[in-house]
Amino acid sequence: MSGNMNLTLKIWRQKNTKTKGTLVDYKVKDISPDMSFLEMFDVLNEDLITKGDDPIAFDHDCREGICGMCSMHINGRPHGPKDAITTCQLHMRSFSDGDTIVVEPWRANAFPIIKDLTVDRGAFDRIIGAGGFISVNTGNAQDGNTLPIAKHDADAAFAAAACIGCGACVAACKNASAMLFVSAKVNQLAHLPQGQPERMKRVKAMVAQMDKEGFGACTNTGACSAECPKEISLVNIAAMNRDYLKANLISLED
Amino acid sequence: MPINSNIPEGQLEDKWTKYKSTIPLVNPANKRSLEILVVGSGLAGAAAATSLAELGYKVKCFCFQDSPRRAHSIAAQGGINAAKNYQNDGDSVYRLFYDTIKGGDYRAREANVYRLAEISPNIIDQCVAQGVPFAREYGGMLSNRSFGGTQVQRTFYAAGQTGQQLLLGAYSALERQVGMGSVEMLSRHEMLEVVVIEGKARGIIARNLITGELERHFGHAVLLCSGGYGNVFYLSTNAMGSNATAIWKAHKKGAYFGNPCFTQIHPTCIPVSGDHQSKLTLMSESLRNDGRIWVPAKAGDTRNPIDIPEIERDYYLERRYPAFGNLVPRDVASRAAKERCDAGFGVGNSKMAVYLDFKFNMMRYGKVEATKQGLTNAQDSEILALGKEVVKEKYGNLFDMYQQITGENPYESPMRIYPAVHYTMGGLWVDYNLMTNVPGMYALGEANFSDHGANRLGASALMQGLADGYFVIPYTIGAYLSKEIATKAISTDHEAFVDAENAVKERLTKLLSINGNKTVDHFHKRLGKVMWDKCGMARNAEGLKEAIIEIQAIRADFWSHVRVPGASDELNPELEKAGRVADFIELGELMCMDALARNESCGGHFREESQTEEGEAKRDDENYSYVAAWEYNNMNWQMQKEDLKFDNIKIAQRSYK
Repeated sequence: MSGNMNLTLKIWRQKNTKTKGTLVDYKVKDISPDMSFLEMFDVLNEDLITKGDDPIAFDHDCREGICGMCSMHINGRPHGPKDAITTCQLHMRSFSDGDTIVVEPWRANAFPIIKDLTVDRGAFDRIIGAGGFISVNTGNAQDGNTLPIAKHDADAAFAAAACIGCGACVAACKNASAMLFVSAKVNQLAHLPQGQPERMKRVKAMVAQMDKEGFGACTNTGACSAECPKEISLVNIAAMNRDYLKANLISLED
Repeated sequence: MPINSNIPEGQLEDKWTKYKSTIPLVNPANKRSLEILVVGSGLAGAAAATSLAELGYKVKCFCFQDSPRRAHSIAAQGGINAAKNYQNDGDSVYRLFYDTIKGGDYRAREANVYRLAEISPNIIDQCVAQGVPFAREYGGMLSNRSFGGTQVQRTFYAAGQTGQQLLLGAYSALERQVGMGSVEMLSRHEMLEVVVIEGKARGIIARNLITGELERHFGHAVLLCSGGYGNVFYLSTNAMGSNATAIWKAHKKGAYFGNPCFTQIHPTCIPVSGDHQSKLTLMSESLRNDGRIWVPAKAGDTRNPIDIPEIERDYYLERRYPAFGNLVPRDVASRAAKERCDAGFGVGNSKMAVYLDFKFNMMRYGKVEATKQGLTNAQDSEILALGKEVVKEKYGNLFDMYQQITGENPYESPMRIYPAVHYTMGGLWVDYNLMTNVPGMYALGEANFSDHGANRLGASALMQGLADGYFVIPYTIGAYLSKEIATKAISTDHEAFVDAENAVKERLTKLLSINGNKTVDHFHKRLGKVMWDKCGMARNAEGLKEAIIEIQAIRADFWSHVRVPGASDELNPELEKAGRVADFIELGELMCMDALARNESCGGHFREESQTEEGEAKRDDENYSYVAAWEYNNMNWQMQKEDLKFDNIKIAQRSYK
């Protein structure tokens, strides 16, 4: 078909966590501009399987930009060249015939590589488990309208809650910091009246877990927010820093 | 085995209240020694695992993704229904119950649906308490929108990401339990077999997807919350990993499969763009609130849609169904789109699409905004720009998604949409307690068949998943576990565990050893095409009989020619996929058998032989007012019928005209 592309791919191959990896060259032909980036990978993998080679392992699931599972570092940018989208939403019309595309996994000590482009993001779950919640058991709730929440607060909480936990912020940061991810959850709950009782305790616990997982310190350069597929704002980090400072200044028994 | 739905006696309105206060309790000390396995971490699974752990049970939760937060509930867009009547527009528990039964074309159980409607307000309260940021009005109150198949506004939402917000609420609650050590979370684990001992579900075999190791897990009860099986069709709005394997293994171990052919084809999805397509993306039903669906009045009209004047457009839903218009239920809207496209009125390159147009409502919103801002002489272009901002706030993420996928700007010209497989109303047969016919084995959420009849109404899946997990299973599981307190944990050295693990090992070895010349996707696509063509939006006896033979041939070909690379002791996504597709092939056959046996049209199941003169679905209540519960016996099936009784609702031909 006219407009279809031939491309060279340089893809990170690594058998498992313990072995060393390397970039390997692949050619793909006749790629339609209407294909998604991951569909281009499907084409490559079908080809590799048919040839008897080992297909490339990569994480993906919903393919509509919301589950946060896909995680490719494309030409030096998490989720590729376009702003505010995930890898699965990137379409081949963003590339040109003859391009060479370099694809790597997220790089961070706290995200060990499992195989090829697949990494372990279990650290994020553990940070949420340390305090990214409101302690309310099922069945304790009052009527949803007894607690009026101003629209701008609800909207601000929602904007922070839109984080999909993909880890692009960590991958984009030269320190592999998780500040944007952590602050998004801290700030979502800080905007809501329900989140107040545990506000100080939460920020301390989540930051402590973040440090324990081996994420780096914030660089203040804002690469995280620039690369975030959901455009989570840097303001969250500032707000979390305020809360964290406050939590450490005031004396609490916990 | 005869089936018993175990519906409590008494008045419909009192059944659940009375029943839940008489279910035997398990005392806290005993709960600590009772173990529960939850397979799946979506709304149903996360809610169940969390709530049961809060009660004190020992819970393990499994998901195949890298984190429980990835479960496909996250992709639900539009909203969640609840009978709060905050809008003062005449809503009530009864009306939600009525709409759901009618929407399901009178093929769901009254008692289950009433309970669902009754619980619905608690779900909203629970989610608000967890910090789910639902949309709010300026006064601080919760906001509502309307959805298909209803005439009230009862849908709660968080922009076009309601599923995400609800799942993250449930996920946070789950991680809290994980952090406290009350739930053991096993991500990147896939259940590949159920262990049944002396007729009771006692555990599972799970594969650690990173190491490939097979693990044995004991449980006093096993909860399957593994979602639906729309990926039988290859192309669907499901996630790539969504699969039927857990429920299919359970089915092959004795659990009946309820109404397998009831599939929901969602009317508003982005059309297929080519052979490379790996999945389809939904455009939320909530868009039908503000979008009008049309095709050119003249067949084969290839003009740019914005150049086609009003008079030459056919707003066919408004024409055919004046009372509900663009908000008819999904099955009706899907068939109407297919009808127009088949008749040659389709648009776009493939001609298999219709327009969803927002201009009319952008102007309407723009006028309201202009008035608010005191602009008395605003030009149409100014009004439109104001209206676009309003629409952007309501559906911005959906419009962006559309533009990413199609390369077209939906603010400027109408969206092109076409129906796609979205949800499966069928699933494991369960009784009122959500227990399958295998004692100790439960199915929750989309994995069971129970509440949506032959067609699910929009914004009801989230409601059901959370109802089952938060508010039903914590009570009903007591009916079983209270009798199990004397059962000591069974050693996983028990021969039933050994046998189950060996069966899994044998199957994995077989898949890897065929070493044929066709990929797993090759077979999946072939299966999908047969299913879509012959067991899709319209079905007939002849086609279904052909489909069964074709699927059997695909199965034989699969087991002699599939190529699965790699080994079983490593991360091997192709091996995972191969197992799932092998199960889809078997399930596809059963779906066609069920569709063939049901010689009536109801909900999403449209048998061409059974339609009215106007082409509407024609039910046959005399002969088919039952749930088909299929029993497996070595690739043969026998059907049992659970008769449906309607004591509180008058059965009528469904009309949205």
